[in-house]
Amino acid sequence: MSPKTLYDKIWDAHVAHEAEDGTCLLYIDRHLVHEVTSPQAFEGLRMSNRTVRAPDKTIAVPDHNVPTTLDRANAATMTEDSRIQVEALDKNAADFGIHYYPVSDVRQGIVHIVGPEQGWTLPGMTVVCGDSHTATHGAFGALAHGIGTSEVEHVLATQTLIQRKGKNMKVEITGKLRPGVTAKDITLSVIGVTGTAGGTGYVIEYCGEAIRDLSMEGRMTVCNMAIEGGARAGLIAPDEKTFEYCMGRPHAPKGAQWEAALAWWKTLYSDPDAHWDKVVTLKGEDIAPVVTWGTSPEDVLPITANVPSASDFAGGKVDAAQRSLDYMGLTPGTPLSEVEIDTVFIGSCTNGRIEDLRAAAEILKGKKVKEGLRAMIVPGSGLVRAQAEEEGLADIFKEAGFEWRLAGCSMCLAMNPDQLSPGERCAATSNRNFEGRQGRGGRTHLMSPAMAAAAAVTGKLTDVREMM
Amino acid sequence: MEKFEKLSGIAAPMPLINIDTDMIIPKQFLKTIKRSGLGVNLFDEMRYDDDGNEIPDFVLNKPQYRETQILIAGDNFGCGSSREHAPWAIKDFGIRCVIAPSFADIFYNNCFKNGILPIALPQEQVDILMKEAEKGANARVEIDLEAQTVSTSDGEVFSFEVDAFKKHCLLEGLDDIGLTMEKAASIDAFEAKASQARPWV
Ligand code: SF4
Repeated sequence: MSPKTLYDKIWDAHVAHEAEDGTCLLYIDRHLVHEVTSPQAFEGLRMSNRTVRAPDKTIAVPDHNVPTTLDRANAATMTEDSRIQVEALDKNAADFGIHYYPVSDVRQGIVHIVGPEQGWTLPGMTVVCGDSHTATHGAFGALAHGIGTSEVEHVLATQTLIQRKGKNMKVEITGKLRPGVTAKDITLSVIGVTGTAGGTGYVIEYCGEAIRDLSMEGRMTVCNMAIEGGARAGLIAPDEKTFEYCMGRPHAPKGAQWEAALAWWKTLYSDPDAHWDKVVTLKGEDIAPVVTWGTSPEDVLPITANVPSASDFAGGKVDAAQRSLDYMGLTPGTPLSEVEIDTVFIGSCTNGRIEDLRAAAEILKGKKVKEGLRAMIVPGSGLVRAQAEEEGLADIFKEAGFEWRLAGCSMCLAMNPDQLSPGERCAATSNRNFEGRQGRGGRTHLMSPAMAAAAAVTGKLTDVREMM
Repeated sequence: MEKFEKLSGIAAPMPLINIDTDMIIPKQFLKTIKRSGLGVNLFDEMRYDDDGNEIPDFVLNKPQYRETQILIAGDNFGCGSSREHAPWAIKDFGIRCVIAPSFADIFYNNCFKNGILPIALPQEQVDILMKEAEKGANARVEIDLEAQTVSTSDGEVFSFEVDAFKKHCLLEGLDDIGLTMEKAASIDAFEAKASQARPWV
């Protein structure tokens, strides 16, 4: 047999039908659903008298719209249209008999955090969700990608997706990371190299010593942003860390089935001579703590750098960079570490897991948030929140002056009450710094949780290494 | 789904790279549970000021581009989220075709599900079309999906690539789900086999 990549192996195991022209029906093992991209899909099913083909493989949770303030049980905290969307999901989940974690359930949280946490996401699976950050689940060696609402309806009705196979791209991070450098810095640095379109048409497999050294949480952070590099899916081959994470999760297999699963999972790696259509290699030692300065995730620089000028770029990027600088209100040549911020947001499906909160707490212990700054920490799920409270992290945050919120997408995308005002500048651990992403006119700098915590203390973008 | 065969219409120039889905339809408009009605909010933050008044300089607000059916844009159009609200808004505005040097995957795919034709052409050809589009209502761009060509009013013709299956569905206005359901036997067979091989799934 010819050597295969991990992507090839998972793909081959899921082709339910292949047409002569290579268009395939890919069987979907897990379909995750949230309130924003699903109402029209369920409506479509109803209109054509169709049902959900595999309700036991379909899992829904509201996350984008839900307020994260402690009083959210009070329906008045939600705007009318948000409430309608959440109620539509309540109803659709009940009507079609799919697994559901309502807002009142302690397991509720961001869909990409809940899936792995509950053991729905397992190695070798195909996972889709009407959300581009579905790539997150690739950290388990699952082929996971975002789909549009028409495709959500297609998967609900047929449990398959019409797909053509993508190309294979290998992103290798060799060696060790330096102190203060995290998974977020890896994934942002990769996008800095490839650009936001560098992965278009590819499935990325991240490998190398620095990736192997990451925890499952860190690996999820890396894969989460594969889409920001243009790739629909990012993958990391499963290993002992993966198996250990999965073992005992509520929906992971048990007993003999666990053994059988394990035996297959251990075959899930790229064969040594497999063909790669594109290879990118970064040295772990070369990666610094980074921040973004512009309005595209590729606008990334080490915290020790200065704000660039448009003339540093070429082609269409010159105008784009100028537009970014104007929008962000930055002057070329200013050291990034002198840029003052108004808000700090720690959370999102990129960095809302327990390890992220531990990293932030490590920096914040015994320190105070700079006066006048708004700072919030939003755990990715109710269970992350509970664990952080048990570990005493929540006390550290509260003592430092952070708001300690309930789980949800929160200020990652400002569909809920958590938003930036025009001109407000935010140090954020989320994944998108697009214009208006966190609120109209809001300015977003992406960075790791430790860097965001450091910024909260000084009130400026800050090199976390100075506080370690 | 609405068929797409030929289109002759006004093209609007948007010479920006990385036009992302938050620009196309900002998140506050994702709270709808319908597919229609999003056209007025297409490019909302670029199109209206804080008080909701039109910004006269924005291309789609200019009199000659109000009837735009074709958008000419820079590299990596549609990057960002999977929101199908982006093609819904584009379609609802009346745009049936977007031409750019490259597109983000999910957006590209979503277009076909909604009767919109995304066309990727080399940068030089997009540059020519961009110039053409700047002439406004005087220059109509013609698209022929069957022949896979884009023609300018000056008679220049560019051919484009499109996946044969996607082309077929667009030309015929076919519903994907219906097509897949015809293959139910294959899916049943696969499911039976897979549940033997991987019973834990
Ligand atoms: S946290 Fe942000 S990126 Fe993640 S699913 Fe929610 S809105 Fe999307």
